[in-house]
Amino acid sequence: MNEVLPEALEQIKDDFHALELRDRLQLLLEFSNELPELPSRYADHPDLLERVVECQSPVFIFVEIGDEKVVHLHATAPREAPTTRGFASILVQGLAGLTVDQVLDIPDDFPQDLGLTEAVSPLRIRGMTALLGRTKRQIREKTAA
Amino acid sequence: MPIETDPSSQFSSFAHPERLVSTEWLADHLGEPGLVVVESDEDVLLYETGHIAGAVKVDWHTDLNDPVERDYIDGAAFAKLLGSKGISRDTTVVIYGDKNNWWAAYALWVFTLFGHEDVRLLDGGRAKWEAEGREYTTERESAVAVDYPVVERDDAAIRAFKDDVLAHLGNPLIDVRSPEEYTGDRTTAPAYPEEGALRAGHIPSAQSVPWARAVAENGSFKPVDELNAIYRDGAGLNDGDNVIAYCRIGERSSHTWFVLTHLLGFEGVRNYDGSWTEWGSAVRVPIVKGAEPGAVPAR
Repeated sequence: MNEVLPEALEQIKDDFHALELRDRLQLLLEFSNELPELPSRYADHPDLLERVVECQSPVFIFVEIGDEKVVHLHATAPREAPTTRGFASILVQGLAGLTVDQVLDIPDDFPQDLGLTEAVSPLRIRGMTALLGRTKRQIREKTAA
Repeated sequence: MPIETDPSSQFSSFAHPERLVSTEWLADHLGEPGLVVVESDEDVLLYETGHIAGAVKVDWHTDLNDPVERDYIDGAAFAKLLGSKGISRDTTVVIYGDKNNWWAAYALWVFTLFGHEDVRLLDGGRAKWEAEGREYTTERESAVAVDYPVVERDDAAIRAFKDDVLAHLGNPLIDVRSPEEYTGDRTTAPAYPEEGALRAGHIPSAQSVPWARAVAENGSFKPVDELNAIYRDGAGLNDGDNVIAYCRIGERSSHTWFVLTHLLGFEGVRNYDGSWTEWGSAVRVPIVKGAEPGAVPAR
């Protein structure tokens, strides 16, 4: 894969690759703990959130397009699903401040390149691929209008 | 030297009460030499968020499945795994996990493929341990490695393959998936990811008994009379029956295998781990759609 990743995602990827397998899980757990709470305007409007059914555990996302076409990804997943929370948190942090075009340019298979496939299994990493896919789809829908 | 079994009266009516321990029993025996507690969850990170003190983690996917072929690990890999977790051949292993011990039962079944003798489930799993306000720790796993012998897996007794199921038709089959999967409305558990089956429905004549019906509200197994009502009266199983259970990839049916084998005392129960992801994509195998079990096809 030759595509250049946005800086924050590249940094996250480097951080994972610098670690041994079991420490990669610890880093994923840190991400999991850092997933921000939903802004209250969405917490009160579950109808706005889209369920990512490809993930094993319930996870919901919502994409906002702000000024200058900056993407804001919001996600929520339960505490007892730390892996899914970790995946969502990586995307929330990695996409922070990116524009619509920058997010759409992220390679779809980026999650497989993160260095987590062996640690969490290829089956589970598919959940993160789906999170990214649905994020992009929401962006396309919202910018097409 | 196996550790004494849990004498709790709630287990005494089960066929093999020595296969269960209560949360009280485990709390009293933690740290005892000869006992290793294993956590096995659906979520690969749940152990890291907090686990029973001294417990080690075994992940169904990254530890128990072969990374290349669709099969379980071999004897050498199992020996390496268990030895690294501080488990010897004569260690008493107690397994617990999330989601009503769904994955814990799967791990127990895989341990049984290798003939590990003393392996038990914590009745109620994580949910009951937590509901009772018992403690977790986030300490890193710190098992002292020991030697575990290389024992080849014996698939014959408790594992069924597709051809075994075809030859078995006419004998009892239990489909432990959700009603929607059984009828063929969908190929995966509600709210679960697509894992690839080309056709939907169930194996002809299979009785539908979703696995979680064996579990009470607090996460522990239902008492024996309720289990008999479900599996004997409801699904028509009789003593001496040769039973195969299946689900989607063999995990939920491990739980039912445990119930039938260790709680109700059926002998020779096999788990078809290929399950729907194999059957639903195999060429020219019989499938029935709808809520009725359907007839055994003529051969």
